[in-house]
Amino acid sequence: MLNYIWFGMMAIAVAAGIYNGKIDAVTDAAIDMAKVSVEIAIGLIGIMALWLGIMKIAEKSGLIRIIAKLLRPITVKLFPDVPPDHPAIGSIVLNMSANILGLGNAATPLGLKAMEELQELNEHKETASNAMVMFLAINTSSVQLILPATVVALMGAAASDIFLTTILATLCSTIAAIAAVKLLERMKRFSVTAEENDNG
Amino acid sequence: MVDIFVEGLSGFASYIIPLLLVGIPMYALTVKKVKVYEVFVDGAKDGFHVAVRIIPYLVAILVAVGMFRASGALDLLLQALSPVLNFVGFPPENLPLALMRPLSGSGSLGLLTDLVNEHGTDSLITKIGATMYGSSETTFYVLAVYFGSVGVVRSRHAIPAGLFADAVGAIAAVFFCKLLIG
Repeated sequence: MLNYIWFGMMAIAVAAGIYNGKIDAVTDAAIDMAKVSVEIAIGLIGIMALWLGIMKIAEKSGLIRIIAKLLRPITVKLFPDVPPDHPAIGSIVLNMSANILGLGNAATPLGLKAMEELQELNEHKETASNAMVMFLAINTSSVQLILPATVVALMGAAASDIFLTTILATLCSTIAAIAAVKLLERMKRFSVTAEENDNG
Repeated sequence: MVDIFVEGLSGFASYIIPLLLVGIPMYALTVKKVKVYEVFVDGAKDGFHVAVRIIPYLVAILVAVGMFRASGALDLLLQALSPVLNFVGFPPENLPLALMRPLSGSGSLGLLTDLVNEHGTDSLITKIGATMYGSSETTFYVLAVYFGSVGVVRSRHAIPAGLFADAVGAIAAVFFCKLLIG
């Protein structure tokens, strides 16, 4: 899937770039974004280190297990393949809490920690497990209770008008994400073996 | 009323991180006698490796997205889609943002800024745009970072599910803004 999407995006970009007379801009964008990617990754190091350190303390003190237990009724439904007392569940819950509270900086390290723990349970290391896809989909649909600071800054006083609409829209997209993942994971087209045999 | 609530929430939010940074080590140190400094440093060591590990995945995805954005392909897609969307009542001004949101965080923030500059913060168009921006994440970036950090290259149904959720979120943003604000 990613093979087609990745190649398709670049192929369309070159074709559209020629058609629109923007081929130089396409070239510049490729070079620039390669640099930006590294800057983003390097920028993550400090925040990652901070939260992974705090997480380790939370883990050693048993806090993660307590948090995982609290939300057990929800997490067993969303992640049936993950044992309910596995540390991954604790990290998942913390990541979601950080997202809900609009703590983007903390959410990413917590999410990557959760991914690492889900990978321990994954039998096909290069193919996403059901739990991984579910976790990713919930993250990309962004469950959020607090508006991003950028939106508040841009909208000023009007920000309070979109408080409720944002929650409702994000709720719809999260429900859609969960439903789509549950539905698609059963399809042969998206099974682990189909993906591994597919060259595309 | 809503203003006070929103302000209260934002005010509360600024205490969460300091509370976590102090609260977790405090519980660990006083209740569980964990050697907090040693454990912190041990956990923090992984930060570097994780960040470096995602570089190839980020380069792949962000370069493709960047080329796609720069090529003007979105404008072509926009022209093709706008008759259909006009028909169903999706405001054409909001379409660029809806298409950009899953691809690029900075790109969609730029489009939202354009909406604010052109229509002002009080217009329905801008409010729909801000709702779209706030209610979704940059799907491709999150996929590259999250799956990349553990070396997963076969994403299975992650992209179809993510894009479907983005579409539902964009439509819901239009629907609720028209219902509650417009």
